[in-house]
Amino acid sequence: MPTATREDVSQRLVEALVDFGADPGEISDDATFEALDVDSLDLVELAQIVEDVYGVELSTADMKRMSTVGDAVDVVVERSG
Amino acid sequence: MTRTVVITGLGAVTPLGVGAEPLFERWAAGECGIAEGLGRCADFDPVALLDRKLARRSDRFTQLALVAAAEALEQAGWGGGAPVAPERAGCVIGTGIGGIGTIESQLDVLRERGAGAVSPLGIPLLMANAASGAVAMRHGLKGQCYGTVSACAAGAHAIGAGLRMVQHGDADACVVGGAESALTPLAAAAFASMAATSPTGVSRPFDARRDGFVMGEGAGALVLEEESAARRRGATALATVAGYGATADAHHLTAPEPSGDGAARAMRVALADAGREPADVDYVNAHGTSTPLNDRAETEAIKTVLGDRARGVPVSSTKSAIGHLLGAAGAVEAVATAIALRRRSAPPTVGWSERDEGLDLDYVPDVARALERDGGPAVALSNSFGFGGHNAVLCLEAA
Repeated sequence: MPTATREDVSQRLVEALVDFGADPGEISDDATFEALDVDSLDLVELAQIVEDVYGVELSTADMKRMSTVGDAVDVVVERSG
Repeated sequence: MTRTVVITGLGAVTPLGVGAEPLFERWAAGECGIAEGLGRCADFDPVALLDRKLARRSDRFTQLALVAAAEALEQAGWGGGAPVAPERAGCVIGTGIGGIGTIESQLDVLRERGAGAVSPLGIPLLMANAASGAVAMRHGLKGQCYGTVSACAAGAHAIGAGLRMVQHGDADACVVGGAESALTPLAAAAFASMAATSPTGVSRPFDARRDGFVMGEGAGALVLEEESAARRRGATALATVAGYGATADAHHLTAPEPSGDGAARAMRVALADAGREPADVDYVNAHGTSTPLNDRAETEAIKTVLGDRARGVPVSSTKSAIGHLLGAAGAVEAVATAIALRRRSAPPTVGWSERDEGLDLDYVPDVARALERDGGPAVALSNSFGFGGHNAVLCLEAA
């Protein structure tokens, strides 16, 4: 299982968001999921990917803290520590 | 007094290519899109034709419906915006099975990786109403919207439902059609297990050598509009949906009633609904599956309805060129029938050459036949019948 560095998590999440259909040019730490048209179904998939890759099971409370891409990276890094 | 409903746009994705024109042109030229015993839409690239997010959020049957509907709406002149209020535009799209590809792949995920790994997109992709919901969402159709599920009659039932919706003023326009993508291991094994599919992989409707249907995938879509409003805005009426008849055999889970009684009643109801007589019929686009039972029962039904004229009316099956598109079949075949009326040409039953005893109609062998008519618009019936004993027949008239 890879180490959940901020850089590594960020790269994995961006890859997933592009696969979901988000515009790569719009993705940044500050971009909100709403602005990227990433909805609750996408976030469940994102959580599944995080669990597969890092073994981190995100709770509903974790998910609620994630409104931007940067938030999601922070949560994953924090929970895997 | 009900309102008159015309077709203003046609779209299709079939094993003969992406588009209604390739379907008709290639079928009329006697071409067949079946390869290695399957009618696959090999030219269909969902990511190129839809955006990535939409493609990813749609089972293949919905992807096919989205592309067919977009073509139909473009032809209808809706590209720059709908000519009717969104609340007055409906959407009904049928399917036989729905997202069986998603069901099979997610079942693999469940068994191999557990419940937590099953996709949150599983249900929205597999649900049989997904195509109608996706088309309505993409084009902002906010009137009645649902799917019809009646096996291989689903596409025709969808058109009939949309016809009634516009006729009775529940909507001023309705996008209708059918979509299917069931070329999956489970569907193939299950149809083969009941000996419904052709072991030789050849679709030969009405021919003595026919031995079952060939599975195909695709979608057909039509834009139905109230005639006077369509004409006022300068839309071209491609054909009129003049009548619709639907019945049940109430006989057997899969076998047609041998005399074709249920099918014949649906044809009669469709003609009466159109205010037409059997003598008015210029062409029958048959259900013609290439199964021993269907083609015999359907021949009986046509003879029952058309009587002495039956042998003089061209009867051909689109399935000879693309295989059996199940829940999409009725819609794709209505698209082909509308173009046949417009071109006054009945495409052939491709590959028909050996007459079977009792199957003695004119199945249009070899080459397309000009539809002759002295005065008045040409009239055609498009037949669709499904497992479960569902019969749905549309009566189309040249506009």
